[in-house]
Amino acid sequence: MTLARQRAHALRDSFVAAGAQAVEPPILQPADLLLDLYGEDIRARAYVTSDALRGEQMLRPDFTVPVVQMHMSNGAEPARYTYAGEVFRRQEEDPDRANEYLQVGYEVFDRTDPAAADAEVFALIADAISTLSLRAATGDIGVLMAAVDGLDTSERRKAALRRHIWRPRRFRALLDRFSGRSDVPETRAALLAGEAQTDAPLTGLRSQAEIDARIAALHADAAEPPLSGAQMDCFDALLNVRETLPFALAQMHNLCVDLPAIRPAVKRVDARAEALSARGVDVDNLEFEASFGRTSMEYYDGFVFGFYAEQRPDLPPIASGGRYDALTRRLGSGQEIPAVGAVIRPGLLVELEATP
Amino acid sequence: MIKLGVPSKGRLMEKTFQWFEKRGITLSRTGSDREYAGAVDGIDGVSLVLLSAGETPRELAAGRIHLGVTGTDLIHEKLPLWEQQVEPMAEMGFGYADLVLAVPQGWIDVDLTDDLDAAAAAFRAAHGFRLRIATKYHRLVRDFLREAGVADYALVDSQGATEGTVANETAEAIADITSSGETLRANHLKILSDGLILASQATLWRSRVAEVTDADRAVLATLLDRLGAD
Repeated sequence: MTLARQRAHALRDSFVAAGAQAVEPPILQPADLLLDLYGEDIRARAYVTSDALRGEQMLRPDFTVPVVQMHMSNGAEPARYTYAGEVFRRQEEDPDRANEYLQVGYEVFDRTDPAAADAEVFALIADAISTLSLRAATGDIGVLMAAVDGLDTSERRKAALRRHIWRPRRFRALLDRFSGRSDVPETRAALLAGEAQTDAPLTGLRSQAEIDARIAALHADAAEPPLSGAQMDCFDALLNVRETLPFALAQMHNLCVDLPAIRPAVKRVDARAEALSARGVDVDNLEFEASFGRTSMEYYDGFVFGFYAEQRPDLPPIASGGRYDALTRRLGSGQEIPAVGAVIRPGLLVELEATP
Repeated sequence: MIKLGVPSKGRLMEKTFQWFEKRGITLSRTGSDREYAGAVDGIDGVSLVLLSAGETPRELAAGRIHLGVTGTDLIHEKLPLWEQQVEPMAEMGFGYADLVLAVPQGWIDVDLTDDLDAAAAAFRAAHGFRLRIATKYHRLVRDFLREAGVADYALVDSQGATEGTVANETAEAIADITSSGETLRANHLKILSDGLILASQATLWRSRVAEVTDADRAVLATLLDRLGAD
């Protein structure tokens, strides 16, 4: 057995000792569900295969989705799960990145005290990798979501922003458009002036009613006043928050004066800071970055964190995790349960431990 | 021996032969019409390998041929990190083809990828599945759409007659190669204003990984010099 595998099993055993139930989801996962959840981004990263009976299958690109599914269909509450095994990711850009590697995870499904559950997962992971001195980064997607919800603009614009929170560039382009900082494209102006026409027959599934509905929505949007400069400044200030946790909290509390909608989300960060402190985490020196986690997997919608080897910027995070309540809503067909989890890469752990 | 891979049939083969002929190198197929063997006249130490244009990228990347003629589109689609495996030596001025993103002409509300993204979100909400884009260039299209910030779509594989998929309702939009755009128009499709994914033409490529002896190196230098491609 390789060092990495021994380490993976030892970590899993330690999570079992901490109260988790060990689970082992199948390596082959139905592709349609994962594709519907994440779209093409996951197809680009997952090995897809098929057979005549079960259709498209994927070599599991992570454990979280199968564990959530398993829990939603027959799990008792509250629950804690752990697992250790390979995940598979296609690597087409960087030949030095592994396409098959071990992950050990810990996932908590518990609705009693989300802040405590966040702190439990973070502290457990931090402890498991304490043989290395890694830089921890944290953030909270929920604060950004709350800031979008609180913007003084139409529900349609908020929905567009929420949809692109994980695509920072696209998000920025939308903000620029909604605040009048960028010009209306020529063809859009022509469409709104009623100058876009065609003699061609309409082909395909997308109906005339859908086209008319979008044109009506564009007219409504054109009549919408731009986002105020003051709100945009606050929003930008929030996106730029990057401090140790106490200072970040102070900044965000100040922003609450102008963006009152983020207050409940910021209070959740307060509660988490206390819970982390109670678990012995040095929160005074813990980094908080409001934009952290925006380019990672789309399912995190609250607390997010990662542990990085500073002397090895070429490596992905050695451990990472976060809260994914929305995923349980999507997979639970009506039910939901607050959930938070994280994974460690034992292969990277032993590699780094071996380097002086 | 330097191995030169060229298209094994059709207009692409004829144009390739003409391009080399103009530069004093005569390529020819030998034996019967059905036999894929060829000869090179006008320079010693070069042998001809007749290949389908689709296989050329793989052969170059494996180092089984030293030089090969194929389109930019195929190199970019089939070879991740293509810059590390092959080097473009000469654009040959034929086989022009653009990989483009096209939607029904009836979609008067969609002209930019930005519109496509909004239409995809609404489509998914209305139909319960992602807006489907038919293509055989999965990697190129996916990279392009990620760059453009388009979400809520799914690629469906189409290896031929891609323009027909929209009317057949197996896709809502397509990404395919076009040279004049006539087939698109005939199928009532239009190219998005910012929907040019890649401009491709027939190109002479050098494999960076194929083994060369000192003698090969000299032949390669002479050949590329004669082709005006060094």
